[in-house]
Amino acid sequence: MLKIKFLLPLIAFVLLVALLAAGLSNDPRKVPSPLVGKPAPYFELPRLDDPSVKFNPQMLKGKVWLLNIWASWCVACRAEHPMFNQLAKQNIVDIVGFNYKDTNAEAKAWLRQLGNPYSVVVTDQKGLVGFDYGVYGVPETFFIDKKGIIRYKHIGPISYKDLNEIVIPLIKELRAEK
Amino acid sequence: MIPEFGQFALIMALIVAVLQTTLPLVGAAKNIPAWISVARPLAQAQFLALSVSFGCLVYIFIQNDFSVLYAANNSNTRLPLEFRISAVWGAHEGSLLLWALSLGVWTSAVAIFSKKVPDVMIARVLSVMGFISIGFILFILVTSNPFERIFPAPLEGRDLNPLLQDFGLIIHPPMLYMGYVGLSVAFAFAIAAMLAGKLDAAWARWSRPWTSIAWVFLTLGISLGSWWAYYELGWGGWWFWDPVENASFMPWLVATALIHSLAVTEKRGSLKAWTVLLAIFAFSLSLLGAFLVRSGVLTSVHSFASDPGRGLFILIFLVLVVGGSLALYAWRASAIKSNTRFSWFSKETALLLNNILLVVATATILLGTLYPLVIDALNLGKISVGPPYFNSVFIPIMVPLVALMGIGVFVRWKQDSIHRLKKHLLAYLAISLVLGTLSTMAMPTFTLGAMIGTTLAWWVVLNMGSSFKQRFKTKAISWDGLKKTPRAIYGMHIAHIGIAVFTVGVTLTSIYSTEKDVLLIPGESYSLAGYDFKFIDSKRIIGPNYEGERAHVIVSKDGVVIADMEPEKRIYTVQRSPMTEAAIDAGLFRDLFVAMGEPRGDKGGWALRLYHKPFIRWIWLGTLIMGFGGLLAATDKRYRKAK
Amino acid sequence: MHPLRKRRLILIIIMIIGVATATGFALTAFNQNLMFFFSPSDVQAGKAPENRLFRMGGIVVDGSVKRSDTNTDVWFDITDNEKAMTVKYSGILPDLFREGQGIITKGKLNAKGEFIAEEVLAKHDENYMPPEVAATMKKKPTEYIKE
Repeated sequence: MLKIKFLLPLIAFVLLVALLAAGLSNDPRKVPSPLVGKPAPYFELPRLDDPSVKFNPQMLKGKVWLLNIWASWCVACRAEHPMFNQLAKQNIVDIVGFNYKDTNAEAKAWLRQLGNPYSVVVTDQKGLVGFDYGVYGVPETFFIDKKGIIRYKHIGPISYKDLNEIVIPLIKELRAEK
Repeated sequence: MIPEFGQFALIMALIVAVLQTTLPLVGAAKNIPAWISVARPLAQAQFLALSVSFGCLVYIFIQNDFSVLYAANNSNTRLPLEFRISAVWGAHEGSLLLWALSLGVWTSAVAIFSKKVPDVMIARVLSVMGFISIGFILFILVTSNPFERIFPAPLEGRDLNPLLQDFGLIIHPPMLYMGYVGLSVAFAFAIAAMLAGKLDAAWARWSRPWTSIAWVFLTLGISLGSWWAYYELGWGGWWFWDPVENASFMPWLVATALIHSLAVTEKRGSLKAWTVLLAIFAFSLSLLGAFLVRSGVLTSVHSFASDPGRGLFILIFLVLVVGGSLALYAWRASAIKSNTRFSWFSKETALLLNNILLVVATATILLGTLYPLVIDALNLGKISVGPPYFNSVFIPIMVPLVALMGIGVFVRWKQDSIHRLKKHLLAYLAISLVLGTLSTMAMPTFTLGAMIGTTLAWWVVLNMGSSFKQRFKTKAISWDGLKKTPRAIYGMHIAHIGIAVFTVGVTLTSIYSTEKDVLLIPGESYSLAGYDFKFIDSKRIIGPNYEGERAHVIVSKDGVVIADMEPEKRIYTVQRSPMTEAAIDAGLFRDLFVAMGEPRGDKGGWALRLYHKPFIRWIWLGTLIMGFGGLLAATDKRYRKAK
Repeated sequence: MHPLRKRRLILIIIMIIGVATATGFALTAFNQNLMFFFSPSDVQAGKAPENRLFRMGGIVVDGSVKRSDTNTDVWFDITDNEKAMTVKYSGILPDLFREGQGIITKGKLNAKGEFIAEEVLAKHDENYMPPEVAATMKKKPTEYIKE
């Protein structure tokens, strides 16, 4: 014999679960980047290998390129780094390393240890330009097309799966555009 | 090799947990003695495997093996040894392993200390605990493996969050987890009793000491967290109604209710269904707390690192455990007959009122904690529910609860009359009011809030003293009488006096604290609550894994130097995060607190935060007394008897 | 009345009174203490209430932090990458407050339309962005290439 009053706790719990499930589906990481669809913000930053030489995005106009935000203190960057090494070997895209809130010595040591997949590495020690790019957390990777428009932003480390399912197809797609 | 070995031990623990869940349960259902008796050895085996696994993780941290991702993220070679060990539970993965280990400790303890409980019952209890263990170990292995390797290994780790590099945080999580997980014992006993269809008073007697011990851990764990927040966060506050704090406070409130309702069920055989429900609630709120903290559905410090996949896993587990036990409850509770009656003025009613107040308090906190989630889910905007909500709801519920305490101890079981107690209670009320008023007059200003708080405290202390005297085994106070009085009687009275001390602390600190942020240049002073804070100077310091500034502040009262205070501002080199180390001059009746803000201007000036906090120590003193009382009650000889 | 019935009735009345009082407290407390969250653009558009506490979040604009040399007053701008609001605060800022950091402030608007903060919150991780702030950062219809 079931009495309704003993079912009440269960009913209340089902409602609570529905609420928690709804809360869970609001993934805080699905933040659309306001920059997607807009020109990559202009900057001029010193190169890691020679701080007296500056780099700006105009130099890559007409090419598809990636802007990878990384830092030597970021462990997730270490996890995604082999993916960039692999991507660099394919020679289909220029990867610009954006060294964020780091010191040059540590950044250089890091690249010596893990390999350097970047066409060029720029340094933003104070994180001032990173602010223009709305950097929330490191690593982040921006995909920029031939017209200099940001087309996609990847938040968090790129996994092997991301590399093959998102990164490479997207690069090929962008390269095929005029 | 060590990381792989640790992971292997964890997988072994999982396999043993699966056996521990299934064999005894089937054995108990089909009455196979061999399968029933295997429960205790399996519980020990699981505990052993978990200890080995945890030991491996500790070893990895001691050895600075940064090829393990979790160690690389949370430790550093320059981190002192004691913090390298506490870093093991400094973040998500390791703290879950500690959770699992605590469950192993409790399971093993139940297997060892419940010799007097029938084997069939213990088989079911250990089976339920084994099931919970499966959930947690699977969660660790699938979503949060602390033994995951990283290749190539970094040369140096990212260091432990500086906030966690502190003594309080070495012991706070283990205490808290022992409390959370300890509630699983009462839960397992309740489920086992329902499975057996024997919801008599026996399960209540068996689970009482376990519940009390879990409650002691929870009390001390929460209290340590509050103490840590006070001296380490540099804000001088001791409770913030933060979702993470609420997640630990809700199980505490329900566990407190459970302790009282278990007494009714054991002694009188009343409220049986209600007590089972409370046992389910208490542990469910522990699991819910784990969900809220780990899934990132609520805004908390670690939101960015949290992972919805983890949240989904815990949610499914929550549905299985809580949904399953509530369904079992709906099915079995209908058959319960509470056959003893009690009148409206009886100890049963008083304890039921205590339960209602505590559960309503829990519900209002749950509401405040989840409300932002509801609004967000309905897309009505982003809101937050601040401390004013919790204070204005919680305090009105606590005042009658504390007042009830003074009456409840005197009321007899089953039936009593107001006439018997009227004279005594009125007299004590009058004395408490006088003493409360006098106490408040000793404070700098007279406020109604302080008068209510101190009167309540006197009321509780006086009534507990009087009640204790009545229950004394011999007429006059003698050594023999002290020894003969059961520990549970001591424990109950002491714990309630702890509440009185706590009430004084909370009331007077909240009302009479003064604080001020000031800009001082060397040589300048500021006067706060009669104390002169003189800023002498500030010097550079270098520590093992940080550097920073140390200020020198001399505090004097009426020209007499009272304290030399040296607060620090540190920058931890690896994570480059600044930390405020406040200087505190502690005292029984007041704390003085100085924290460094930031340098200002070109004359060596610093923005300093000054506090005068009367009676703040009483908050933690009160919780210590409560914990001591709980410990005495839990170790009463009565519980170690068979029948 | 039958004693058992009577007892039940009394218990039920006690429970109803208890729950009703608590609900009453909770609702009034909710009405007074719910704090809404607004971005600087919302505030500039006049969506924020006057004379009532609310929370505002955004990123601290570079070079906007001005400190008084004689007391603990501090001014800074926070932005959602579209509009900025000046915040005035008296007291010590949290350890992790810095330019370019996402923060949340709690306070009121004054008659001049300045935001007077009672509390400034910055979380304990410098790479952390409060979700409320992240969600309001200049939200524009954007298209993801990969759905």
